[in-house]
Amino acid sequence: MRQAAPVWVVVVALLLIWESATRFLEIPRYLLPAPSAVARALVDSLDVLIRVHSRVTLLEAGVGLVTAVALGIAVGSLLHLVPLLRRAFYPLIIISQTIPSIVLVPLLVIWFGYGMLPKLLIVVIACFFPIAVAVVDGLGSADAARLKLLRSMGASPWQEFILVKLPTALPSLFTGLRVAATYAVMAAVIGEWMGADAGLGMYIVRSAHSFRTEQVFAGIVLISLYSVLLFKIVDWARHVILPWERYVTEQQATREQKT
Amino acid sequence: MIGLPRLRVHGVSKAFPYDGGSLLTLDGVSFDVAPEEFVAIIGPSGCGKSTLLEIICGLQSADAGWIEIDGRRAESPGKQVAYMPQADLLFPWRRTLDNIILPQIVQGVPKKEAEAKARKWLPLFGLEDFERAYPGQLSGGMRQRAALLRTFLTERDIVALDEPFGALDSQTRRRLQEWLAGLHGELGRTILLVTHDVEEAILLADRVIVLSSRPARVVEEIEVALPRPRSPLASAFVELKGRILGSLDRTGTMG
Ligand SMILES: Nc1ncnc2c1ncn2[C@@H]1O[C@H](COP(=O)(O)OP(=O)(O)OP(=O)(O)O)[C@@H](O)[C@H]1O
Ligand SMILES: [Mg+2]
Repeated sequence: MRQAAPVWVVVVALLLIWESATRFLEIPRYLLPAPSAVARALVDSLDVLIRVHSRVTLLEAGVGLVTAVALGIAVGSLLHLVPLLRRAFYPLIIISQTIPSIVLVPLLVIWFGYGMLPKLLIVVIACFFPIAVAVVDGLGSADAARLKLLRSMGASPWQEFILVKLPTALPSLFTGLRVAATYAVMAAVIGEWMGADAGLGMYIVRSAHSFRTEQVFAGIVLISLYSVLLFKIVDWARHVILPWERYVTEQQATREQKT
Repeated sequence: MIGLPRLRVHGVSKAFPYDGGSLLTLDGVSFDVAPEEFVAIIGPSGCGKSTLLEIICGLQSADAGWIEIDGRRAESPGKQVAYMPQADLLFPWRRTLDNIILPQIVQGVPKKEAEAKARKWLPLFGLEDFERAYPGQLSGGMRQRAALLRTFLTERDIVALDEPFGALDSQTRRRLQEWLAGLHGELGRTILLVTHDVEEAILLADRVIVLSSRPARVVEEIEVALPRPRSPLASAFVELKGRILGSLDRTGTMG
């Protein structure tokens, strides 16, 4: 809390500067609404924002993310286990990451219409790659000395996978998941831009078209909130699932490498 | 030596690629170990002791020569030798007890049974209050003790230990040395012990094999024909120690 305090000071200061600037410079409301106007808009439409739009967007982001995690783990493990597949597909996965997956949205709309499916797909596509890459990298980074030790105990390749490779890959998986979590809400929102019945992205676009700028900001506030929340959930899950991580210090890691 | 040796190291050579050339590390190392014998291997740091042990365990291949166990050439790892690596190599994601029972889990022993068996040994190893700790929460010496216990619960006829007592204080070391000596007497396992400590070698071993500095060759094999339990203060002990130190001095600096 004490470490977070300076951040809040900055946030409050910025909001104050913003608020007074819009008042004293008399900036038109459709250009830049004051934070207080945004807050009012948020409160006024909170009910519909939460019950309708957030529900849709979070459903797309959540289901898409979970699907991407399952797919990413499965495909990543497969690529790790079959070297031929890895050599064939891994470079493509890496290269395809440089294309922003959002450019696929218009295509998905052409193919799948305006329903929820294209939004789900775009979330899955956006989140899949960082997870698959994290799994392949994590599984491949298993420590050779520990694998050797396990082999000296008579372990099968399956036991090597379960007892060493998987646990080594988990921290890497969570790092990928963190990235994916930030993509998920964003991808769902952008998926809605091309047309949707409901959702925060659709709400923002519709508000922008009618110059209800304070509503656009209200949508942005919620989207940021959800992204941060998802991010925090991933961190919390990491903390719970990998309790041992906090005891592995730099010092130990280097000491081990030396011997 | 009468009868078939349990372990025969036969002309083992090994070179590592280094800096464009190659680094000869083991140069025709040969020795036999009888069943239930306790052999200490001593040699300067970097001479290739750990490499030799890994070859014996089947974890590295030799460039020339071979390993025989009970008269048969040993190839695949994981069948005959329990190995304690020089680095403890505990798994940071497993609690101490889970680390200790790892070899039994690999061998398919039910977890409850493996745990019950391991728990009996925890007090002797001073780990009874730490069975639920992660390795990152243990001291270097505790990690080493956990690794040592893990090795013994592997239940193989041959045990290969790479400097198992290096990070321990003198009391703990003495206690575990005594335990190792007793265990050797009771269970009749064949033990290979790599050590830097001449006194430890004489205290425990039936025979001390002295290796030269890299590339390692067998310089001398010294029988330790002292009655047990041995005292480092006995004149025969001191004399033997002088002899081994002299042998080491001639091979290069002690590691
Ligand atoms: N995997 C490897 N690749 C290249 N060189 C290696 C490798 N393993 C060992 N060496 C080299 O082989 C030599 C012997 O190493 P080894 O670890 O067997 O020595 P050691 O006798 O156990 O030393 P210490 O007493 O310090 O543990 C060293 O010069 C080391 O640099
Ligand atoms: Mg060594």
